Amino acid sequence: MWRSCQRLFYARPPQAPRLCLTPPVGGPSLSLPGTARTYTPPTERKRFYQNVSISQGEGGFEINLDHRKLKTPQAKLFTVPSEALAIAVATEWDSQQDTIKSYTMHLTTLCNTVLDNPSQRNKDQLIRAAVKFLETDTVCYRVEEPAGLVELQKNEWDPMIEWAEKRYNVEIGSSTSIMGPSIPARTKDTFTSHLASHNMWALQGIEYVITQLKSLILSMGLIDRHIPVEKAVQLSRLEEEYQIQQWGNVEWAHDYDLYELRARTAAGTLFAHLCSESSTVKHKLLQD
Amino acid sequence: MASLGSPLRTLRSLLRELRYVSAQAGRPYRDMAAYQHLREAFRAHRITSEKLCRAQHELHFQAATYLCLLRSVREHLALHQEYHAKGERSTEEAAGLVGLKLPQQPGGKGWDP
Repeated sequence: MWRSCQRLFYARPPQAPRLCLTPPVGGPSLSLPGTARTYTPPTERKRFYQNVSISQGEGGFEINLDHRKLKTPQAKLFTVPSEALAIAVATEWDSQQDTIKSYTMHLTTLCNTVLDNPSQRNKDQLIRAAVKFLETDTVCYRVEEPAGLVELQKNEWDPMIEWAEKRYNVEIGSSTSIMGPSIPARTKDTFTSHLASHNMWALQGIEYVITQLKSLILSMGLIDRHIPVEKAVQLSRLEEEYQIQQWGNVEWAHDYDLYELRARTAAGTLFAHLCSESSTVKHKLLQD
Repeated sequence: MASLGSPLRTLRSLLRELRYVSAQAGRPYRDMAAYQHLREAFRAHRITSEKLCRAQHELHFQAATYLCLLRSVREHLALHQEYHAKGERSTEEAAGLVGLKLPQQPGGKGWDP
């Protein structure tokens, strides 16, 4: 039963909207039995549980839907290393109303991807895929016209590049050529070793954010808590925002994409942070 | 570049989002594990002896990110339900969009519909 929803439960590739109209076959010789064929969306699974709770097992924290334990699409037990992450996943499941909309459960999707690893990538492949994005990084890829957009890109994206160069002590630069900027090998090595310092869970989250924002620099800004999610999404969509200002906003396309990108980015960032933190509370006594 | 606003505002918005979630679950939001976890986390980080506490900023950033996640998922779902969820319109509805009505033909149309 989970296998039929396999496509919907993994974080890669980004899902296309579920509008697949099937055009009627043939022309006037068509003879449809009964009513005309209109497209109705496929029925979703109903919410079959009342309560969602978490419990701690040997491998980590588990999610319980009523008395059943949550499993991944490949039928492995769903365990997460962090309690806060488990609570967030439980909240996702709890917020499903009547039907289960798995495309809204981004944290669950990310956990499934890490646990099942359907594309079977190890840490090196993941890091290589992430650093490869630097060559076609959005904030480095500039246009030459229209002048308004060039100005906007300079004002908004240059500070990000400067911040990244200073923070990581590397050279990146920007380019208007179709080949993109030429990134020196030392820069790639620095980022590779920086990413290697994260564990596998956090790394999947980071790579997901990079894939969504199409930018390594913006994702680093998020991971280092330099910019909030809304700002990173706005910078990633700079050209779209420019066009919206020129030509107007279309709610069912622009806002729809904006909220989806924000949700995915926020999920990836939160996932990466929750999986890489370890918090301790040190109580100090008041001293007079 | 990170202007997250005040932590109080973030916390309040987070509680509001949790109330939306719990309204669908039907239970009071104070029972939710997420609510209690947030409350403890915010309380634990409230008093600190340092002026610029990195842990406070980290917690606030995490809270703001979670708020962004909850809010965006809710808005995305609302837009999806409104514009993309209902499937194709029937011929009657499509005609009704521009104020027309399909003709009633008591004898049938003469071919299969």
